[in-house]
Amino acid sequence: MLRLFAPIGRYFILMAKVFSRPEKAAIYRRRIIYEMEALGVDSIGLTAIISVFIGAVITLQMCINLESPFIPRSLVGYATRETMILEFSSTVVALILAGKVGSSIASEIGTMRITEQIDALEIMGVNSASYLILPKIVAAVLFFPFLTILSIVIGITGGWAISYLTGIMIPADYVDGLLMDFRPYSITYSLIKTAVFAYIIASVSAFFGYYAKGNSLEVGAASTRAVVVSSVVIMIFNLMLTQILLI
Amino acid sequence: MIRAEHIVKSFDGRRVIDDVSVAFETGKTNLIIGRSGSGKTVLLKTLVGLHTPDEGRVWYDQTDFTALTFRDRKAVRKDIGMIFQGGALLDSSSVEENVKLPLDLFTRQSEAEKLERVNFCLRRVKLENANHLYPAELSGGMIKRVAIARAIVLNPKYLFCDEPNSGLDPQTSIVIDNLIHEITHEYNITTIINTHDMNSVMEIGEKIVYIHEGRKWWEGTKDDILHADNPELNAFVFASAMAKRAKAAVR
Repeated sequence: MLRLFAPIGRYFILMAKVFSRPEKAAIYRRRIIYEMEALGVDSIGLTAIISVFIGAVITLQMCINLESPFIPRSLVGYATRETMILEFSSTVVALILAGKVGSSIASEIGTMRITEQIDALEIMGVNSASYLILPKIVAAVLFFPFLTILSIVIGITGGWAISYLTGIMIPADYVDGLLMDFRPYSITYSLIKTAVFAYIIASVSAFFGYYAKGNSLEVGAASTRAVVVSSVVIMIFNLMLTQILLI
Repeated sequence: MIRAEHIVKSFDGRRVIDDVSVAFETGKTNLIIGRSGSGKTVLLKTLVGLHTPDEGRVWYDQTDFTALTFRDRKAVRKDIGMIFQGGALLDSSSVEENVKLPLDLFTRQSEAEKLERVNFCLRRVKLENANHLYPAELSGGMIKRVAIARAIVLNPKYLFCDEPNSGLDPQTSIVIDNLIHEITHEYNITTIINTHDMNSVMEIGEKIVYIHEGRKWWEGTKDDILHADNPELNAFVFASAMAKRAKAAVR
């Protein structure tokens, strides 16, 4: 039991340190912008590629599986839109980013720990947890929702493109489906989930990196644990947030 | 002056530092020497506050450092510079950004003033025109010199060096040793160097403390060390073939 709860306690102690008053706001602003580029802008390509293919595949699958004269073809566009907004662009993209961004955060901070860079900051009197982790959390929480919106737009476009290029359905029907029964709250729900997942990815990965010790093997192990635990926590919170926000 | 009083530190029930009391003098290069695993790095990290001692106290002049809270320690930390074994430069920052970081965090100087100070410190360690290089582009000796520049940028009263010569060739080691020694005298700093390099001992050791199995075994000057009748110390000092030959030649 202690093995389970001790890391949770350490995580909250670390977060208390992370959210204590920063040394100098100007330094943090610069670091947040740097992290936005490192964690967010550099993930645009991956998000776009995955989203366009998933949007196209969802459309193809729907076309193949909803082959019935009683089901209007426009439902394919509707289903693609809802899948992208409600689950794929928030949850699945978050899981992918947990792999890319999470491992990068854990290995970066872990390497800083074993090469005494964190000790150097502490000696200078810097709150190393806040200095290193807070900008990553803020950057992720602010930037990941843009990735979600981008993923939704590109995924839906991918669906339209595959219907246009293969002729599996009439693109106009697809567009009709996209406009059918649209609820703006779905976007809000998706963005709230993304912000929570962004916090989980950045903070959990940073936690594993910050407490890494030993050698490069340990940093690798910390990075793997960060991805696994972030992914599990994301799935748990996905369930909870869906229950809270949609039902 | 930095004083350690009856310092005890254990890890997982193993006593790594065992009742060490020692005073390190201002304006001198104080050396902690000992074999690998003797506890000298733990002692240094305890002195600097990276480890909390299980027992004992550390005094920085008249201030009981061990009794201070994290927030209160900040005031003392601004007077501390430290050079780590691997340099511990921030990989994602350039040389200039690394040296400027303490100024960014703790001063209200303008960018021009900060840059002037950074350039002064880089010139002091003979690293002109390296401002925009990154740690990955530097040699071992250059990394140590940037670490020294960063350590002195806030005019520290106390300077800690954890094996500053590790991984360096003998000539570069002497350059780094002399640089630390000169800076110590120039700014009247209390410098504590952790080393097992006998060259450093003979070059710059003004006060030497020998740590063996977590205990203070001997203390004295570099002139005393060659004539000490402590068998453990002698085994350490004359371990190398060159030292043995030199001793035989003197006899």
